[in-house]
Amino acid sequence: MNIQIRKLYYGDIPEDKTGGAIVSKDTKSDWPLWEVFIRSKQGLDHKHVGSLHAADAQMAIENARDVYTRRMEGVSIWVVESKHITASNPEEAGELYEPAVDKIYRHPTFYDLPDEVNHM
Amino acid sequence: MSVQELEKIFQVKIDAEIKIEPKDWMPDAYRKTNIRQISQHAHSEIVGMLPEGNWISRAPSLKRKAILLAKVQDEAGHGLYLYSACETLGISREETINDLHSGRAKYSSIFNYPTLTWADIGAIGWLVDGAAIMNQVMLTRTSYGPYARAMVRICKEESFHQRQGFESLLVLSKGTKEQKELCQDAINRWWWPALMMFGPKDTESTNSDQSMKWKIKRKSNDELRQNFVDMIAEQVKILGMKLPDDKLIWNEERRHYDFGEIDWNEFWNVVKGNGPCNKQRLDARKKAWEEGEWVREAATAYAEKRRARSKAA
Repeated sequence: MNIQIRKLYYGDIPEDKTGGAIVSKDTKSDWPLWEVFIRSKQGLDHKHVGSLHAADAQMAIENARDVYTRRMEGVSIWVVESKHITASNPEEAGELYEPAVDKIYRHPTFYDLPDEVNHM
Repeated sequence: MSVQELEKIFQVKIDAEIKIEPKDWMPDAYRKTNIRQISQHAHSEIVGMLPEGNWISRAPSLKRKAILLAKVQDEAGHGLYLYSACETLGISREETINDLHSGRAKYSSIFNYPTLTWADIGAIGWLVDGAAIMNQVMLTRTSYGPYARAMVRICKEESFHQRQGFESLLVLSKGTKEQKELCQDAINRWWWPALMMFGPKDTESTNSDQSMKWKIKRKSNDELRQNFVDMIAEQVKILGMKLPDDKLIWNEERRHYDFGEIDWNEFWNVVKGNGPCNKQRLDARKKAWEEGEWVREAATAYAEKRRARSKAA
């Protein structure tokens, strides 16, 4: 790929090459990452809203309350450690989802019915 | 598949307005640009708490104090949404924060200006958050999914920030002679730095632009800046105040306001670290991080203890 000199955009100032990275002393206090799911009201599914770091599940819920529900966005919170989530591979999307593509008879609109048959 | 082929597929997705998600293939430069931009945005939210935090204990009423506390808490939240969006690109939280502390990563220069009077808090809400909203509304349509989603959430909350700022100035603008002077003085000091937030002029660079092609950005600096000037030039009339620019005048032909030249020397000076508060801001962040070390450790120890106890039970 060609290296291009980019414009300086709002909020995108080039980094200083000179500053060395600080090497962290220890990683003992590194809290795991948690994914947060919120039910916005009774009767609806929990929906993924983002992630955060916390020492344990209890703290993750407390932090999620502060970070993701400051304006009554939720009535229930789920947290799960990110490492426990298994995700499908985007490269296998073809094999996974293509079999459904040619099965249009699974949709109600596939069937032509006389107009007299209302609301079916 | 070769990298060239993958890049072609990637660009086709971008052109078709299909969002890029964390596990999708993406060019290294796309990943790096997003990491730099999202982390810079996150740092700006976090450092942005400092100039406003300066006035929490001295807010003129309990109502204003509660509002300011809520606003500063929102900025912390915005920083966290953005840090978590950034992490989906494969950089750890600690690395990101280290880059801020070492001076490698930047944050918005606007936060290197001091908040001298209470009126500055109103001016920040109206002008600084107003300028940020211009950029952030555009970014709700950015091509990287987690960044776009964080922006949607942020924009919903940001509107409160701008409105409370304007309303706070409106009160001052109807007050005593001193209050009116405070209001005008704050506008005078924040106007030009707010315009600088949009970055250098488009003509500064003649190179083809990758960020636009990848739809990370969708509007140029000058376009955003013009939109901002047009909006503020009208709103300032409601305050009965003036923007400190003699060249500001409606151009009927362009259907936009013309405005004066930004002091680009000042702009580059502040970017390069010589602004009024650059050192103070970074020192405050580092101090907070270092002095919070024991809290992070204690929380880890407590979590372990709780785990051990529940196992024993």
